[in-house]
Parts: sequence; C-alpha cells; structure tokens
Amino acid sequence: MEIRFESGKPIFLQIEEHLRNYIASGRFKPDEKLPGVRELALQANVNPNTMQKALTNLEAEGLIITRGTSGKFVCGDSQIIENAKKRIIEDLAAEFREKCHLIGVSPHDVAMLLSNDHNTESEDTNE
Amino acid sequence: MSNILECVHLTKKYGHNIALNDVSVSIPSGKIVGLLGPNGSGKTTLIKLIAGLLVPNGGELYINGSKPGPETKAIISYLPERPYFDPSMRICEMLDFFADFYADFDMERAVKMLSDLGISQDAKMKTLSKGTKEKVQLVLVMSRRAKLYLLDEPIAGVDPAARDYIMRTILTNYGEDSTILISTHLITDIEKVLDEYIFISNGNIFRQGTVDDVRTEEGKSLDELFREVFRC
Repeated sequence: MEIRFESGKPIFLQIEEHLRNYIASGRFKPDEKLPGVRELALQANVNPNTMQKALTNLEAEGLIITRGTSGKFVCGDSQIIENAKKRIIEDLAAEFREKCHLIGVSPHDVAMLLSNDHNTESEDTNE
Repeated sequence: MSNILECVHLTKKYGHNIALNDVSVSIPSGKIVGLLGPNGSGKTTLIKLIAGLLVPNGGELYINGSKPGPETKAIISYLPERPYFDPSMRICEMLDFFADFYADFDMERAVKMLSDLGISQDAKMKTLSKGTKEKVQLVLVMSRRAKLYLLDEPIAGVDPAARDYIMRTILTNYGEDSTILISTHLITDIEKVLDEYIFISNGNIFRQGTVDDVRTEEGKSLDELFREVFRC
C-alpha cells in the first residue's frame, strides 16, 4: 500500500480514505480478512497508532468488523459498501464543483467532455 | 496512560552557556515522539540527560518513575549521534558485546537485520562507510527490547532508500508499550511515523502536540510548520 501523503491533512484520514476506496472498489473483498494492524502499518509505512485510528473510524462506519480474536474483516454487507461508494462519489462531485467554480467554468461543460471521453473510450478495447 | 518520562524544571549549563533552560516535559508510553529543533537547540543535551550521561544543574527527571541510574539504563536503548565502537572491532564482536551487556538484547533479531541490510558480520568497523556504520549501530540499538529508545539523529548519514528501511525497522521492532524519542531535522522522512512532536529552540521547549493536530488545526504538515516557526 503505497500512499503519497498530502501535507495539510491528518495522515489517519488519508489512510482511512485509501482503505475505504480499496473496499469500495473491491480490491479488498467483502468478508476478506485484513492483515493485522502492525502489518498494515508497515505496508503503509506509518505508525501503528495512526493505522489503528483509521481502522477504528472505518469500524465505526461499519466497513470493517472485528471478529473476536480472529482479527478484522471487511464487512460482508453489500448495502454498507454501496453507501460508502455513494459517499465517495458525492465527495468527488463536491470537489469537482469546487474546482470548476475556482476556474470559472460550468461543471456541466466539463461533464460533457467527460461523457465524450467515455464514448470514445468504449469504442476502444474494454480494458 | 502513564508517562515513561517526566522532566521537571530541567536546566543544564556548559560553563556560562545555558543548553537547557528550565525544561518541563513529559512523554507518554507507547508513542513515537519527534524531538525537533534547529542545530544547537539542546536536542542532544536533553537526550544525554535522559540517557544518564549528563547530570543536570537544576531540576529533576524520572524515567519510568526512577531517577537516572543503573535501573533506568537497563530499560533505555540509546543511539548516540556518533558511533562509539572501537574501529578495529568486528561486527560479530560488537554483537557479543551487546549480548553480554544488555539482558534484553535479541541476537536473532540483530542477525536477521544485518543480513537484510547485506552487512557481513566479519567486517571491521573501520572498513565500513559512514552510512553503514550508522546502520550497524542502529541495528544494535533496535535489537534490544527496551522500554524507551533514544535515537539521536538516526538517519542523518544514510541514503533515502536505507532511510526507508530504517524507518520500517523502527516500526517493526518497537513493542506496543515501548516509546521512541527521535531527534532529527529531517522531518519529512519521519513525519508519518510520529505520534507527537516537541519543538525545542535555544534550550526551551515551546511547543508540543500531536502531528494530527498540526495537520487538522494548521492545515499544514509538520515539516511546513517547522520551516515557518524556525525561519532564519
């Protein structure tokens, strides 16, 4: 897990986002067992306390579940994962709108561009 | 959580030079703490006081509840700013030396780390480069199962790739209840592993807190804050 940390944001939040994306995208599968906190911390090159903080928050969200002594698992509830995905998309859209506002273009115009891209892409191979 | 270290009104003078001026600070157990400050700010002096190598001119300090002495030295693993082994010693001799000296030394761990780093145990200290010497010393220090690790500039002389290995080494080897105090000015490299920071300047501690708070409240990294606070 290589994370390029941004400067102005707490590291545990950035890890949290990363892990949430992994779960939402299916890179971490539902019901999959997660490596231990120390192992994860090592993979991300961060302090175990920081990793623990991120995991605790994801647990509060329901995306991660602790099963007794057998460790932490990705949640198996597809509804919770769908909700997380929805929130990620909403955040992305909010950021997008903000950026458009900053440079004074209409989000709609950019969206048109995106859907054109999408059309040309689908003519190519499905990679 | 209890504090592994308590300093109360600690003062250290070298002649007329005040190196530490009435410093009161405490460090909780189980944390990785960065001791950060410009050159000559008192970092090494503070670390040497904790290690029991210097005696304060005023104030007191307690390590795990005790004043510095044999019992605190047994639980502190100290990496000095420069290597102290005899240049003619071989690495295997240094391993035996540490095993003999410290009850908490884990030989297996040290041997594994040296082989990870590709360092031969037969090598003599004087044949090693500056960076490799530093790695050897750090391997020895991190192979103890200590309660408090004092690392004085652990990454200054090594290349960025080895720095990453060393940071991983520190993360892998420190136990849940052990505490690490790292002094450095290479903040970017260690920022992501720190829980807390202490800013020290001209012998005074003027800011202490968690790295997360800096990012949340100031909207900047610890490195950026340091550059701003200590702007020349």
